[in-house]
Amino acid sequence: MYVYDDFDRTLVAERVREFRDQVGRRLSGELTEEEFKPLRLMNGVYLQLHAYMLRIAIPYGTLSSHQLRTLAHVARRYDRNYGHFTTRQNIQFNWIKLEELPDAMADLARAGLHGMQTSGNCVRNITTDQWAGVAPDEIEDARIWAELLRQHLTLHPEFSFLPRKFKIALTASAHDRAAVKVHDIGLRMHRNGAGETGFEVMVGGGLGRTPFIAKTIKPFLPKRDLLSYVEAIIRIYNQYGRRDNIYKARIKILVHELGAEKFAAEVEQEWQSIKDGALALDPAVVADIASRFRYPDYEELADSPPELIKARNENKHFRRWLDNSVANHKVAGHAIVTLSLKPEGEPPGDATAAQMDVIADLADRYSFGEIRVGHEQNLVLPHVAQRDLPALWRALDEIGVATPNVSLISDIIACPGLDYCSLANARSIPVAEEITRRFKDLDLAHNLGRLHINISGCINACGHHHVGHIGILGVEKNGEEFYQVTIGGRAGEDAELGKILGPAVPYGEIADVVEDIAAAYLELRERPDELFIDTVSRVGVDPFKERVYATR
Amino acid sequence: MPLVKSGRIVEDRFVRVLDDAPVPDGTAVILPAARLIADARELVLRQAPTGVIWPNDRRVAELAPYLDWIALVALVFPTFKDGRAYSQARLLRERYEFRGEMRATGQVLRDQLLFLHRAGFDAFEVTKDKDAAVFAEALQRYSVFYQPTGDGRPSTLKTRLAQTKPSAVHGRREAVR
Repeated sequence: MYVYDDFDRTLVAERVREFRDQVGRRLSGELTEEEFKPLRLMNGVYLQLHAYMLRIAIPYGTLSSHQLRTLAHVARRYDRNYGHFTTRQNIQFNWIKLEELPDAMADLARAGLHGMQTSGNCVRNITTDQWAGVAPDEIEDARIWAELLRQHLTLHPEFSFLPRKFKIALTASAHDRAAVKVHDIGLRMHRNGAGETGFEVMVGGGLGRTPFIAKTIKPFLPKRDLLSYVEAIIRIYNQYGRRDNIYKARIKILVHELGAEKFAAEVEQEWQSIKDGALALDPAVVADIASRFRYPDYEELADSPPELIKARNENKHFRRWLDNSVANHKVAGHAIVTLSLKPEGEPPGDATAAQMDVIADLADRYSFGEIRVGHEQNLVLPHVAQRDLPALWRALDEIGVATPNVSLISDIIACPGLDYCSLANARSIPVAEEITRRFKDLDLAHNLGRLHINISGCINACGHHHVGHIGILGVEKNGEEFYQVTIGGRAGEDAELGKILGPAVPYGEIADVVEDIAAAYLELRERPDELFIDTVSRVGVDPFKERVYATR
Repeated sequence: MPLVKSGRIVEDRFVRVLDDAPVPDGTAVILPAARLIADARELVLRQAPTGVIWPNDRRVAELAPYLDWIALVALVFPTFKDGRAYSQARLLRERYEFRGEMRATGQVLRDQLLFLHRAGFDAFEVTKDKDAAVFAEALQRYSVFYQPTGDGRPSTLKTRLAQTKPSAVHGRREAVR
C-alpha cells in the first residue's frame, strides 16, 4: 500500500478546488462546452449516452479497504449503487450529475482517490501487475516505479496537451499480467548480464483501429534513467506526433511511420541531453518512495495447513474454487485470491456498493486491508493466510464473487458498449452475459480450460478484442449490430494479434459462433491439456472457420 | 487581447511586421520566422528590440544561432489543445538558455496559464479579458509540483528528501491483526 503524504493530499485537494471552479464556469456559461471538454476529460469526466460518466484512477491497481468503502459510498450517494471496473485499473460510475461531480470528487479526494488524467490527451493511469509485491515470479515490486512515474507525469506542464492519449504499463514478472506490449510505453523489468535490474523499454503498442505490438527501443535502461528516458519519449511524441487526424495521432503511428530505429535514435538524442539533469533518479528519492509502500507484517505460517487440506478434501465446490481462483504467494502459508466479477448473466466487471462494502470488510479481516484491481476486471485479495481460505470462500460465495471461472471462457473482458458508450456501434454487455449463460456449466468451462474472450463494442477496442484468444468486435451494418470474430490473439509476454475468422455475424448468432468455436476446439485439441490458444497456433484459423461457417 | 507580464496587464510595445513589409527603425518588432532567418545579418544591427514568432511545427534548434540577440520569441497555440509549444518553450529556456521574453500566443486560456508559466513563458496574450484579470489567481492554484522544470519552483522529487517521516495514513490503518 502506498501511503499518501501531505504533498499528495494537498495536490489532490487543489485539483478538486480547481475542478469545482471549472464546473462553476461551465454552468454559468463562461466556458463553452468545447473549452470545458478537455478540462473535464482530464478529470475523468465523459459525457456518455445518458449521463456524465466519472472514471476514477486506481494507480497500479492497489486500493485500501477505506478507499473501496469510499467507492461504495460514491456509488450509493451519487450513482445507482454500482461501479464498473475497467481494463486499465480504473473504476467508472455511469450516472453522475454534473452539478454533483465536485462533491463526489471531494469525497474521493479525502480517501486519496481522484480522476486526474483518466481521460483526455494526456498520460493516463500508470498500470501494472495486480499481483505486484506478492507475485512469486517478480524481481521487484513494480509499483514503486509506477508510483515514481505517476508522480512525475501528474499535471506535467509539458505533456498535458499531447496529440492523443498516452498509456504506460509496467511489469516486473516473467509472466506479464499487465499487457505491456499493447501500451504506448511498455516497461519490463529484468536483470542484465551484470545482475543489475533495469527496464526493457517498448513503444508504440496499442489496439484501436490500427493495432500494433510494441517495439523494443531500449533493451536495458538503468533504473536511474527511468524518468528522463520516458520524458524524452513523450517529448519527441509531443512535438512530432500527428495532430492532423485523430485516428493517426497515437504514438504507434509515429513509431510506425518513422520506423522504430529512427524513432529510437530521436529519443536517444533527446535523452542524452537530459539524462544527467534533474530527472536522474537519486537512490534516496527512490528509497523514499519505496518506504511509503507498506507491507503487511505476515505471520510465519507453513504452506498447506491442515484446515485447508481438510476443506479441500471434503468440499468439491471449495476445491474447484481453490484450484481456479487462488494463486501462490511469495510468502509461505499465504495466497493470492482472485474475486470473479463475472457471474453468470451479469455485466463483466461490475460491483455493487453492497459488494464493495463486504469486500472491504473481508480485506480488513483476511488481507491486511488491501484489495487489488486487475486488467481482467476482477478484484484480488493479495495477502490471505491459507488457513483462512475456507472461511473467506464462504463469505465471497455469499456475495456472488466466488464463481470459479477465473481465466475461463466466462471470465470475459468487455467494454461498456452501446448500453452506455456514445462511441459504440454495438452492445458488448449483453453478448458477454449471453456467453456466460451458455457456459454456465462449470464442468464444460473447466474442460475448455484457459480461454480468454475479449469483447469491444467498436473499433476503439476498449475490450482489447485483438488480444483475446477469442476476440469479438461489434460493428454496424445497415443499422444493425454485427460482430466480427478473431481467434489466436494474446496479451502478455508473447503478445499477438488475433486473426479474422470470417464474415461478421448478426447479434442473434454471436453466442452460437462462440459455442461452435469451443466445440471445434474440443475436437481439434491433441490432448486435454493443450490450451485453446495452443491449438489455434498449431492448426491455424481454417479448421475453426470451416466449422463456424459450414452451416452459415 | 490583453498582454499579461509579471502578473499585470501591460501595453504591448512590440509591433508585428509581415514578411514583405519594411521593418520600422527604432520600434520593437516581431517578425515571422522566415523573415528573421533571411534578414538576420541586417536585423542583428538594429538599435531596437527584434522578436520572432516561431511556428509550432518547426524545430527550435534552428532558432538557436539567433538567440543571443533576439529580444522575444512568440510561440503559437493554434488551439489550446495543441501542446507542441510547451516542448519548444522548455527547450528554449532549459537547453538553449534563452533569457528574453517568451510569449504565448494563439488560444491562451485561464486553465493553461500555470502550465505555460511552468514551461518557461513569461508573457501571455490572453484570449479572454476575464482570464487576464484573474491571472495571478490562476498561477496560485497549485502549491505542489511533482516534476522539476526550469521554472524554479521546487519539485517534490527533491523537497521530500528534506522532510523526515511521512505522516500517518489517512483513514484506516492498514494492518488490522
